[in-house]
Amino acid sequence: MNFDYSDEQKMLKEEARRFLGARCDTAVVRGVLDDDDRHHDDALWRAIAAQGWLGAAIPEAYGGLGLGHVELCALAEELGRALAPVPFASTVYFVAEALMLLGSEEQKTRWLPKIAAGEVIGAFATSEGPGAVAPGRIATRVADGRLSGTKIPVTDGQIADLLVVLADDGLYLVEGPVAAEPLATLDPTRAAARIVFDSVPAERLGDEDGFAAMQAVFDRAAVLLAFEQLGGADRALEMAKDYALQRHAFGRAIGGYQAIKHKLADIYVKNEIARSNAYYGAWALGSGAAELPLAAATARVAASEAYWFAAKENIQTHGGIGFTWEADPQLHYRRSRQLALVAGAPAVWRERLVAQLERRNAA
Amino acid sequence: MDFNDTADEAEYRARARDWLAANVAAHKAIDHGDDMAAARAWQARKAAAGYAQITWPKEWGGGGGTPIQSVIFGQEEARHPVQYGYFTIGLGMCIPTVMAFADDATKQRFVGPALRGEEIWSQLFSEPAGGSDVAAIRTRAVRDGDDWVVNGQKVWTSGAHYSDFGIVLVRTNPDVPKHKGLTMFWLDLRAPGVEIRPIHQMSGGSNFNEVYFTDVRIPDSQRLGAVDAGWKVALVTLMNERLAVGGGGGAGPKEILKLAREVDGADGGKLLHDPAFRQKLADWWVQAEGLRNTRMRTITALSRGQTPGPESSIGKIIAANQLQDIGNSAVEAEDQYGIIADPALAPLRGLFQSATLNAPGLRIAGGTDEILKNIIAERVLGLPGEIRTDKDAAFRDLPA
Repeated sequence: MNFDYSDEQKMLKEEARRFLGARCDTAVVRGVLDDDDRHHDDALWRAIAAQGWLGAAIPEAYGGLGLGHVELCALAEELGRALAPVPFASTVYFVAEALMLLGSEEQKTRWLPKIAAGEVIGAFATSEGPGAVAPGRIATRVADGRLSGTKIPVTDGQIADLLVVLADDGLYLVEGPVAAEPLATLDPTRAAARIVFDSVPAERLGDEDGFAAMQAVFDRAAVLLAFEQLGGADRALEMAKDYALQRHAFGRAIGGYQAIKHKLADIYVKNEIARSNAYYGAWALGSGAAELPLAAATARVAASEAYWFAAKENIQTHGGIGFTWEADPQLHYRRSRQLALVAGAPAVWRERLVAQLERRNAA
Repeated sequence: MDFNDTADEAEYRARARDWLAANVAAHKAIDHGDDMAAARAWQARKAAAGYAQITWPKEWGGGGGTPIQSVIFGQEEARHPVQYGYFTIGLGMCIPTVMAFADDATKQRFVGPALRGEEIWSQLFSEPAGGSDVAAIRTRAVRDGDDWVVNGQKVWTSGAHYSDFGIVLVRTNPDVPKHKGLTMFWLDLRAPGVEIRPIHQMSGGSNFNEVYFTDVRIPDSQRLGAVDAGWKVALVTLMNERLAVGGGGGAGPKEILKLAREVDGADGGKLLHDPAFRQKLADWWVQAEGLRNTRMRTITALSRGQTPGPESSIGKIIAANQLQDIGNSAVEAEDQYGIIADPALAPLRGLFQSATLNAPGLRIAGGTDEILKNIIAERVLGLPGEIRTDKDAAFRDLPA
């Protein structure tokens, strides 16, 4: 038993922090936020690809580094901390994971090396409207190898070269670029689009029923997203703490008042719970454990709650300045919404968690 | 990260499992009389096999094992009905303090009997005027020849009514600031002048006591650490406390899940099918798992030779609050019937009613929620301490 990163994994994580510290300060994030025509930071994306991170968990046989999923979790934590405005999650946590989990040998050979090399941006298209994605409610259809339907929102849809699309009977690969209409979202530092597929060529991905296949991909993405959320939540706590030490009111640093101290202690407690559950999720993902669906749901609910709480209370700790466009707390507030919704909202995951508990107790 | 046993760990677990299977059966086959006698017998059995304090060195009767082995044995022991709480404070807090500060003869005299469950120890720190503010201690010790004469009162002393010995923190110098005039001693709780009165708790039980000292003579040879250096000694004891206090016991997500399968919810179906209940159940599970996995991270730190810091404070905050929330949610889920606490009538033998009544104590004992949050804010996050008017003033000048 060992419940921590290994020394090598810690080194990788420190290296990633240094790299992102130099390449992805909040000015880079704001570059995307303030420019409606930019959907990601291409220079950062290329630099990340050059590091080999896109292929961290992709086997060497498919052009990756073959490090493993715990290493990918360590990178995710740093990307989340830095608010990296790049299509990393869409490409790696969703599309590459879907290919590795469900793809045929031919599909894997064709796409994974390109993903690892940074030549292909991916997008995972499931939602069709307000409310939870559920079996029997998917209108997208495939007939004679051609897919039709509307997906909204599709994260990174307008920059994707390869889309994995949920149809009523299964997941399908659709090659981009596709006509996509950019959307105004809560987090403009991440791209999102509405896509109308009108009889586009589509190739089946895996044999599983569509909803089950989507869930299997979501389970894997949920663990990786939990690490991004954890990284963001840690950073939001740091920002709140730094500000509380520096800001004086009524003759002393506001961090000396219990109202602020207890608030930050509450954030810390939630972050530690999220960290411990994320670690368990990383183990389940990396070792292929049967507990993955329950561990993933546990990690996701904890991380979504922690990041939301840290992000909103970071603004509160900053007071009026925290509500301005120029101050950085809004970046985490926005990203916490994007990450909490992208693979299904917390309420959906809580329901999924209890369903897993019922199944486990029945067995 | 690896949540599976290594080969060595699996072997250790298998041995522990076999030992427990054989010894629990043998233990249960004997009529011990009362619960305390059974507890002592089980403790002696574990001590003989090196399972009483697994991480202690063998020369002191321990198992010479690792923190992970201790966790493994704890997991396996928890599957059996041999949970006795009488020795936790003594072995978790008092004896480690004795081992750190007493002379060799004292250690030789006391460590073994405590380990075997023959003698039970209490910790006497809190006072009527000093709960969260432990250093506000007023119990006074005055030097008289080779002895100290002690007068005053302690309170919230867990288990004093069945304990043999204790470690006690007293004021030896009221003319210096309060942290600088305290001294620690060990004492015989049956010494003349010691009077123990159980406190009747709101939950109905009596786990805590008031302990009165009237001209109690404690030989100077029973001092732990230097005169007026008791605060440093107490910090060693308290550091062990938060590890020892730990979990809430009993009413957790699994227990309320069991209830939810059986009782009807507001919409006519079973409670387990009520979406609002399911959302709450998920959050309880997330917290309980988070706590379990956080403990495992602490163990990993221990096994790498790191000292667990104040971050382990989060365990008690979460466990106590969750116990209160689950207890009350279950009571409310039982609807009108939930008011019934009689174990013969209430679901799960009144587990949730009992949790509801006990939880307020858990949120206070061993550091209140509020003090623990101060500790996290100050020692983990580095935020400023409270404004204090007492730090540099002589203790005798402080308002009482």
